[in-house]
This record gives sequence, C-alpha cells and structure tokens, in this order.
Amino acid sequence: MTDPFAGLALGFGNALTLANLGWALLGCLLGTAVGVLPGIGPALTVALLLPITFKVGATGAFILFCGVFYGAMYGGSTTSILLNTPGESGSIITALEGAKMARNGRAGPALATAAIGSFIAGTVGTLGISFLGPIVVELALQLGPAEYFALMVLCFVTVSAVLGGSALRGLTSLFFGLLLGLVGIDLQTGQPRLTFGIPELLDGVNVVLVAVALFAVGETLYLAWRHLEGPQEVRPVGRITMSRADLRRSVGPWFRGSFLGFPFGVLPAGGTEMPTMLSYYAERRLAGPEARAEFGTSGAIEGVAGPEAANNAAAAGILVPMLTLGLPTSATAAIMLSAFQSYGISPGPLLFEQQAELVWTLIASLYVANVMLVALNLPLVGLWARILQVPRPLLYAGILVFATIGTYGISNSVTDLVLLYGLGLVAMAMRRFDFPTAPVVIGMILGPMAEQAMRQALTISQGDWTTFVTRPVSAAILALAALALAGPRLYAAFARRP
Amino acid sequence: MGAPHIPAAAPDGGLPVRPHLGAGLPWPDLAAGLAVVALGGLALWQALVIPVSPIYAQVGPKAVPFAVVGGLLLLGAGLVYEALRGGWSHGLEEVRDAPPANRRAFALLLAGLVANLALIGPFGFSLAATVQFVLVAAAFGSRRFFRDAALALALTLATWFLFVELLGVNIGAGVLEELVLRVLGREPAA
Repeated sequence: MTDPFAGLALGFGNALTLANLGWALLGCLLGTAVGVLPGIGPALTVALLLPITFKVGATGAFILFCGVFYGAMYGGSTTSILLNTPGESGSIITALEGAKMARNGRAGPALATAAIGSFIAGTVGTLGISFLGPIVVELALQLGPAEYFALMVLCFVTVSAVLGGSALRGLTSLFFGLLLGLVGIDLQTGQPRLTFGIPELLDGVNVVLVAVALFAVGETLYLAWRHLEGPQEVRPVGRITMSRADLRRSVGPWFRGSFLGFPFGVLPAGGTEMPTMLSYYAERRLAGPEARAEFGTSGAIEGVAGPEAANNAAAAGILVPMLTLGLPTSATAAIMLSAFQSYGISPGPLLFEQQAELVWTLIASLYVANVMLVALNLPLVGLWARILQVPRPLLYAGILVFATIGTYGISNSVTDLVLLYGLGLVAMAMRRFDFPTAPVVIGMILGPMAEQAMRQALTISQGDWTTFVTRPVSAAILALAALALAGPRLYAAFARRP
Repeated sequence: MGAPHIPAAAPDGGLPVRPHLGAGLPWPDLAAGLAVVALGGLALWQALVIPVSPIYAQVGPKAVPFAVVGGLLLLGAGLVYEALRGGWSHGLEEVRDAPPANRRAFALLLAGLVANLALIGPFGFSLAATVQFVLVAAAFGSRRFFRDAALALALTLATWFLFVELLGVNIGAGVLEELVLRVLGREPAA
C-alpha cells in the first residue's frame, strides 16, 4: 500500500490498541532511561531486547524498538545539558551551549527547548517518513540487484569514510565488520567460511554478541582504564519553564533544525553529527547581536533548540532508507534490520506491499511515541535527571550484568562469553585509537546482503562484471560513492596548493 | 581527510594544547596498524582453506572473502604508513587530555570478567554475575562491598527471571536460581 493517507488510517487503527500503546510506552520509558544514562545507548538496548522477537509478534517488537530509538534521542539531551557529557555523537553540539546554560542556572529553559524541539523535529521527521517513504518505495521497486549492490556500496562508503575522523580508520572498522559478517556457512554454496574449524562458528557470529561487546564491554573497559576517582557533578534542573523571550528565540531554530536534519538522515550519508553542526553554525550566524554574545559564554538557547531539533529529525530520517530500501545507516537501524531477518521478513521496497499493516502501524506508533515522549519529558524531566544520581560503580557493574546475560542467553555457552570479552578488548583498543564502532555493526549486517545482491546481479549478467557500470543507475550510484570517497581528499590536495 | 571541526564539549575553558614532542616512532599507532595487517593475514589463511564448491555458482564462495582480505591488508598497510609518518594518536583530543591509565581499576574489571567465566558454568548466572558486579563496582571505586553484594544479588536474580520468564530466553537455573524457585514452590526445570 503506497497511499500515505490510507496507510496512516490503517496504521493508527492498529497503533491505538491497548497492547500497542503499551509497547510504545514501554519503549519510550526504556529509551529515555537509556538515553539519560551515560554508557548505554539505543543500539545496545535494542540488541539486548532482540530475544523478544521469539515471544512477541513483529508489530509489538518493532513498536518497542522504535520507542527506544526515539526515546534515547530525547534522553540524550538531558545528559548533555545537566552533565556536559554527550551520550552520543548527535548530542555533542547540544552539550556545547546546553551545559553552559545549565551552569548559569538556566537548565530549565534548555531542557524545555530541547524537549519541545525534539517533539517538533520528531513530528516533522515522521511526517517525512509517511509521505516520502511511499515515493522512495516506488522508485526502489525499479531497482535490480546491481543497483542495490551499488546503493550498499554507497552506504558503506558514507558511514565509514565520509563521517568521522579518518577515512582509513573508518574503512578499517567497516572491513572488520564485513569480515565478521562472512563467518559461517555460505548461503549459496553451503561452504563453511572463516570458521577456523570451530563448529560453534558455523552459524556465524551473533549480532547481539558483537553489539554488546562493542557498545557495553569495550566502553566499560575503556572507562575503567581511564577512570578518575571522584564524583561527577550534576547540575540542578530548576523549574522547567520558558519565558516568552525563550519561546520566541526557539521557534525559528526548531523548524530550521528539523528541516535541516531530516534530509541528512534520509540520505545514506547517515549520521547526526553533520546536521547538528550545520544547525549550530546557522543559528549562531542568524542570531541577533545580544544572542550572539551568549554563544560560547553564558549559553544561547538557539544553540540548543536548533541542533537538538536537527538531531531528532535526522534520527527519524534514518528510518526512511531502513524501511524502504532495507539500508541501515546507523548501528541501531542495523540491529533493527537483523530483527526483521529473525522474523523472516526481508526488508526492502516490498515491505510496504507485503507488510503494509506492520509498516504503517509502526509509522503511526512513531507519532504516538512522540506525543508520549514530550509528555514524559517536559513535566517529568526532574525524575529522569534523578537517574543521573545512580553511582557510577553500580551503573557500570549493572551494564555488565545485562551484557553478560544478553550474551549467555544466546546459547548458554561460555565460548560466547570468551568471544564477548575478547571482542570487548578489541573494542576498547578501537576506542583508544579512534576507530569508529558503528561501521563494524553496519558492515556485519549489511555485508552479507551486499554479497547476495552482487551475486544475483552477476548471475543475471551471466558473470559479466561490467554490469555494475553499464547499467546507468548503478553506474551513477557507484560514481557517487567514488566521489564521496575521493572528493574530500582531492579538495584538500587542491586547497593545500599555493 | 580532515574531520569537520567539532568544538569540543569536554573541559570548560579548554586546556592549552600541548605540542606533540616527536619522541621517536609512535609505537602504539604502529602496533594498531600491524594488528590490522595481522588480522588481514589471519583472514587470508582462512580464506585460502575455504573448500571449493561442488555446486556451480557464478561467483564462488571465495570471491568476497578475498576482496575483504585484500581490503584489510591494504588498510593495514595504510595505517602502518600513517604511523611511520608520525601516527595519529597525538592529534586525538581524548588521548591528549586523558588521565593516566588506571591499572588498578582495569585489573579489577578484568578480574570480574574472568571470575564470571570461571563461575557461570558450575554455579549458574546469578552467583557468577554477583561476583562480577562486586568486582566491577570496586573497579570504579566503590568501597561498600556488602551493599554492592546485596544489590547485585537482587539485580542478578531479577534479571534472570526477567530474561527467562518474560523474554523466554533459555538460561539454565544455577545454584541461586534453583533455591529461589524452590522457595517459590516450583520445580526447577531439568
């Protein structure tokens, strides 16, 4: 079904049942909590929740996952503002101005503008999904395996080489993920690959294990290695109000941020860093003289409202390629994609036709989750802030308990735990040497799909490798990928010339 | 490529940037690069032993593994080259401003993980995870062992029941879980 209005009518009819509202609420609560807590993010949470795919229907499970995904975006801003420690890359910019406002006793307005901005951006983003999704699906249905393969290559390049500190390190992470994805039996020929003769590895490396190792064990090990004794300072929340002036100054940034963020999320460029940064610079430039003086000194509300909206809109945008093309551009989306696979649902353009009810219920639930989240976060933000008082030792010890049970539960195998802790040490080293972790997860999940698309394309072309460059759309996408990889370096080389 | 300049969120005021003293080779970076090359080598060995498929396929099972191996070896070589030209760690804000390594915390945390590996088989999840919890909390500076142990017991048991009863994950009942099940008047499943 590709008519958004009919789809939404169907979706809301399902989303507003008591059970699905319950899943949405549970997801929002969990998501906000993990967003607030430093050290846990949505990717880890969704990975740990994957076992429910055995017990709960697909609709309920995905409503829960999306609630976690959206909720973590709301919760993340609370931590950035009150603790000055951004939980994820999208909140770095929010911490910049938000923490300064908090230091000057303006935590309340900062939290309020973040929450309302997140709501507006989330709603704009979800509207975008509802109306852009079907259009993308129409286009995607024309694509063959060769084009899909090209799209995945573009996705690989953008998530690993364009974002982040270094293309070399990003690509290394990606290839590590691709390698992990290869482990196990080759689906087409039935041959074991990269298993080192260990029978446990015939089924491949478990996604949950890798996600937990990267996002929980590695992070905790790194934090212990760098642990400084001494308490953390949490700024008081104060009253959650916005003055008329705050409101007037926030409205523009909210909408500009939303419209800036969403396209970035939709493009396979992925990532929330670029749009939040652009929004920050735009708002600083557009601000009036007295507001501009607050930037970087006492904290400007525009610098919280804009980037926070951009962050949320980009996060919503990430769901467009995920739902319409089956392309994940963030670690959380990649893990959700593996949940689709465990239901035997193949994500891609056919999802909107074959699973219309699931897709539209999910989209409707995103609207519901947004309303729930703004209600949970505006009046109750003081309550969430109290989670920040959890002593660090107990928090990290607790995270490892969940990491352990989530992995041990896969097959009650100590071998899995050895692998978990070993990969955790690798992840710690990656953190130390600034290798990004998201490309590992994306490579691991998308890699096998890319291989399959490539082989299908080559089967169709009877082994002719030029099929990828003679089909115009595929060639154009591959050219784009090459440009994304080489462009910045060529530009830098030109700029360095005298 | 140059990273887009994100103004650092961390320490307010900002520390003066210490210039990197070119004291010989950046060994840690070199080691990281060599580790990637070694990973590529390991993968190459495994790719070479993939059995040749009896089933006809336009693209065999070896093509993509070899491509990935090639990529890893190239990237590893690139990282080694970058390390030999001065490395990248000194440019990382996190490394520059990092506190000295806390060996005590790290050792305690590793001890917690090893204790868990040793205990989870014979004694079950809750007991092993409780020991791990106490050690990890101690690693991060907690001094209240008895409170931590009590909390850990409650948390690990609750987690076990959450995963087993609600999420339907099959995790064998250990010593503590059986005890609780018996108190609840239920026979632990074999």
